[in-house]
Amino acid sequence: MSEQPIFQVKHLYKQFGPGCDFCRDEQSQTLQGNYCPKCKTVYACNDINIELYEGEILGVVGESGSGKSTLVQCLYFDQQATSGQYLLARHKEGKKNVFEETDQQKRMIRNTILGMVYQNPYLGLKMNFSSISNIAEKLIAANHQNVEQMTTIGKNLLNKVNIAEYRMKECPKNFSGGMQQRVQIAKALSNNPPILLLDEVTTGLDLSVQANVLDLIKQIQRESKVSMIVVSHDLSVIKMLADRTIVMLNGKIVESGLTDQIMEDPQHPYTQQLVYSLL
Amino acid sequence: MSEICLEIKNLSKEFIVYNANKIVKACEDVNLSLKKGEFIGITGRSGSGKSTILKGIYRTNYPQKGEIHYDSDEYGWIDLCKASERQIVHLRKHEIGYVSQFLKIMPRTTARQLVENAVLETGGSEEEAKEKAETILKHFDLDETLWDAYPNTFSGGEKLRVNIAMAMVKKPKLLLLDEPTASLDNASKSKVRTLIEQLKNDGTTMLGIFHDLEFMEGLCDKEFNMQRGVIDE
Repeated sequence: MSEQPIFQVKHLYKQFGPGCDFCRDEQSQTLQGNYCPKCKTVYACNDINIELYEGEILGVVGESGSGKSTLVQCLYFDQQATSGQYLLARHKEGKKNVFEETDQQKRMIRNTILGMVYQNPYLGLKMNFSSISNIAEKLIAANHQNVEQMTTIGKNLLNKVNIAEYRMKECPKNFSGGMQQRVQIAKALSNNPPILLLDEVTTGLDLSVQANVLDLIKQIQRESKVSMIVVSHDLSVIKMLADRTIVMLNGKIVESGLTDQIMEDPQHPYTQQLVYSLL
Repeated sequence: MSEICLEIKNLSKEFIVYNANKIVKACEDVNLSLKKGEFIGITGRSGSGKSTILKGIYRTNYPQKGEIHYDSDEYGWIDLCKASERQIVHLRKHEIGYVSQFLKIMPRTTARQLVENAVLETGGSEEEAKEKAETILKHFDLDETLWDAYPNTFSGGEKLRVNIAMAMVKKPKLLLLDEPTASLDNASKSKVRTLIEQLKNDGTTMLGIFHDLEFMEGLCDKEFNMQRGVIDE
């Protein structure tokens, strides 16, 4: 087991709005949650520090608006972080802050080191392209050129996520929500990323489809040892998947720990409330 | 100190009951020393704080006060109360096993897969996992027809054997047994006793909590009784 994290985020801040002297002063307590009523700035991520190790699944839980999705969107460069350090062991040996890289470098990192599965499949897939073309698109972006090779990779991946071969040329818009999520997972895995970001992947799916997607994630983790950050407001999902968990509230991490410790002996009042609310 | 595997010093733990604004003292000023290869049994009424000690060692809960020193192969002497999450994850995978009366498992996973996963977690290959899983399931006398079934349909004794197999297949240095015989019939208890005896002969250090005094007789090297969070010798 490598003890060097493959991924580190230090002091990540993401704010929507200009900020003002009142909300910047931590002592003033002007913020209502993560919102400044004076300048209307939202502090979506406020001093986030996380580490991820090889083969590990890190759960991120918190209520709606706590900053979970903004966090993974910053990590996937969908949002530009206001400030912070983002180090990836596979990029320049973890010595260069990825947030300071050029757009071209960030695209390269997205296409070779990271995989992302969105809650909304419309964000992750081209709905008018066939499933296999969606995968090919990601492979081309990662410098693959051989069509035959790309077709084989695509077929294998779709097979792995249980999309029947005779439906591979169909567009995802014709698929059910669970199938669309599975195509998204196949697309995210196409460039063999060491890190997979999963944002509320089971939200809105019925229980049996949820189970199917979760089993698939667990199988992928077992087979390919990919590290994952799993964002969910559903504690059961986190309980099933994550080794470690962080709890977010108003853009801040209020508690972090081993998942079973978070579930059995939560320390922060918000985490206690969250666990108490578990059905 | 080299003969010692685990040493608990002044361990105290309180739980805050959410919404009731109450504090429950689970254990207070617990001191315990476990030699390598030794088997210590703790008895006591429900709620006396026995499981809290085990869960403190396994870090399922955070002790508020005290120290739990463990002689790790990987990290040397380490205070489990202060160890990093990453260190605890490593120790759980490679050195410290936990068997409870309840089988906490992944849903839709067969008995065979559960044991295989335990081997894979320690870094074993797929082939090795398959071989070890079959050997240990056979060893624990689990009917072969159940190997590819989901354990949520198993009887208490069968679940327990899967649970012990999952912990044992990793060959832990320290095994924590949390009422492993609760709700078992006599035949199953006898099988568990044989397993524990085998582990003891193999040199595994064990700390177990039991309700059943008869079961403990002649099995443990030392026995302690716990009352209201305090250990009496």
